[in-house]
Amino acid sequence: MAKTLGPVKRKFSPWTDPNAVPFIRFENITKRFGDFVAVDNLTLDIYEKEFFSLLGPSGCGKTTLMRMLAGFEEPTEGRILLQGQDIRGVPPYRRPTNMMFQSYALFPHMTVEKNIAFGLEQDNMPKGEITARVQELLKLVKLEQFAKRKPNQLSGGQRQRVALARSLAKRPKVLLLDEPLGALDKKLREETQFELMDLQHTLGMTFLIVTHDQEEAMTVSDRIAVMDKGIIMQVATPAEIYEAPNSRYVADFIGDINIIEGKIAETASALGAPGTVRIESEGLSIAVDQECQAVKDDHVAFAVRPEKVRISLDAPADTSANAFYGEVWDIGYLGDFSLFIVRSEDGRFFRAAQANVSRLVDRPITFGDMVWLTWSRDAGLVLTR
Amino acid sequence: MANVAEANPVTNAGGPSWTRWLVVVVPYVWLILFFVAPFLIIFKISLSDYAQAMPPYRPLFEGVGAVGDFISQLDFENYIFLTSDSLYILSYLSSLRIAAISTLLLLLIGYPMALAMARAPTSIRPTLVMLVVLPFWTSFLIRVYAWIGILKPDGLLTLLLQTVGLMGPDQQVQIFRTDYAVFIGIVYSYLPFMVLPLYSALEKMDNSLLEAASDLGCPPWKAFWKITFPLSMPGVIAGAMICFIPITGEFVIPDLLGGADTLMIGKTLWTEFFGNRDWPLASAVAVILLIMLVVPIMIFQNQQKKVV
Repeated sequence: MAKTLGPVKRKFSPWTDPNAVPFIRFENITKRFGDFVAVDNLTLDIYEKEFFSLLGPSGCGKTTLMRMLAGFEEPTEGRILLQGQDIRGVPPYRRPTNMMFQSYALFPHMTVEKNIAFGLEQDNMPKGEITARVQELLKLVKLEQFAKRKPNQLSGGQRQRVALARSLAKRPKVLLLDEPLGALDKKLREETQFELMDLQHTLGMTFLIVTHDQEEAMTVSDRIAVMDKGIIMQVATPAEIYEAPNSRYVADFIGDINIIEGKIAETASALGAPGTVRIESEGLSIAVDQECQAVKDDHVAFAVRPEKVRISLDAPADTSANAFYGEVWDIGYLGDFSLFIVRSEDGRFFRAAQANVSRLVDRPITFGDMVWLTWSRDAGLVLTR
Repeated sequence: MANVAEANPVTNAGGPSWTRWLVVVVPYVWLILFFVAPFLIIFKISLSDYAQAMPPYRPLFEGVGAVGDFISQLDFENYIFLTSDSLYILSYLSSLRIAAISTLLLLLIGYPMALAMARAPTSIRPTLVMLVVLPFWTSFLIRVYAWIGILKPDGLLTLLLQTVGLMGPDQQVQIFRTDYAVFIGIVYSYLPFMVLPLYSALEKMDNSLLEAASDLGCPPWKAFWKITFPLSMPGVIAGAMICFIPITGEFVIPDLLGGADTLMIGKTLWTEFFGNRDWPLASAVAVILLIMLVVPIMIFQNQQKKVV
């Protein structure tokens, strides 16, 4: 499934097209609950058939944003446009969105069948068509033999499937998924993530998913919006978010990363190569190939992912820059790779990951070894925010 | 201690076995002493004959030696008599009718109250529950007496209506000593018993179910009948039973507020016991009332078990 989707997804990038009209537009949205500002002057465009994730810690306003689109909350300020139409004041039961609730919110007194048919019955769809659609959905989520069961007679995974089928039944223009896979174990979650992507592809709907699970967001999304305290920190594709985070917050939130605070010592012109900066950080000198707005003596952070750091017992040829010397303090064996935590003499920590390519049980590098960590000039990046 | 508990976790779960035995036995002893034994006594009296004596019935149990003689004197004469006089059948039917109408009225008034309480902000809910329970702080009898003061022809209600000009100075409210007054008294007295079970059923309901219904295109008024009401059914049934059963046997309210033509089995029962001093017949009335109320409940509960 994932393989067939791969190339399609890469070609799909309406956000890069200046003429593309956004399907959903959040325009200067602010939402206050009393004194608490849940969403703070937020603007965001989502395009048709996009799989879009709102990612952030709990309380960052991502669920509030989704609930405003569903109609359960009204924005305090700003407006939401759906296909160019302002949807303020339109009650949830007249919006072309359907939501899969975090708690699933299945009707406990109705059978699986009845739950799925509920939305269709509200539209006064003919009985025969409802039956056919319900059968189709039951097949889609592989619950045909559970049609007559009540929700409390199902497992967590089955309930989640019913909730998904129910939210898909009306073929909404936008499907909202609120932490949809939170209650599932890892294996089932991964499986379902791919199923969701497949579904979105075949049904051609716009999916908006709220999650605090960065792995989930990375797997399923066309684009991710990383949120914090009611504002969007960055909107980008999963690869961009991972490889080019725009701030310390995003860099730290997504994946594992070394962040070193320092000061700009030299900028491009002084170093000779275009787009290069040198950072000094308490005796550590770091050179980065990057166009950078910051000027000399600005406080910045250097960030580099552990898997882009090489670890070696031997000193590199050039130790004047991008080299960190220290003692192996801790080793995290994660199966596919090992994470080395190295401590310098002045007590600073740096992390390097090494893929476990061979089945060596006796590792060449172990606790207490003095090692050199090195990285190339394009491995990391300078963060000014 | 910890070691012992680990070694034998099952039997130690509820302390030594005799305490657990006690916990099970106490309610049964209670039931036998205060329900089964009195019922058997009443049942025995209902099979006896009226007598001008103290106690006012025959035969009396005169020892184990005369037990055969004793049993031979018992018969179902009183029950047969109940069917011959239409007063009793009419009393039963009238009681059931009044109880049914009252329960319906209680539901109609109590449900919106309970719903409003359940939807109120969490912070004021305890206060609302307290307000519902507040009338219990005054004696039931006094509260019913208070209604006499309100409903009687020259009472507060007449005064109020005359003051606001809805009634001429020579007119009076003619409710007191009618079935209407009985309904007002019953609904007023039993309202907390209806509201509380309804409230507890509605309060438990997950609000996201209504959001889901709305999300799927169901407007709120429709969602009430499709989601809220069916899910509050246990509360509706509990409230209806808690009200219906004692209302059927109600004596004080019809006696104080009802008229001479307000027939209720409680009143009839009281008259037989204390007016006519016909204990055997009164006991028969009581036994029939009990069967009338218990049997349908048992059938209902059995069916509930099958559904679940």
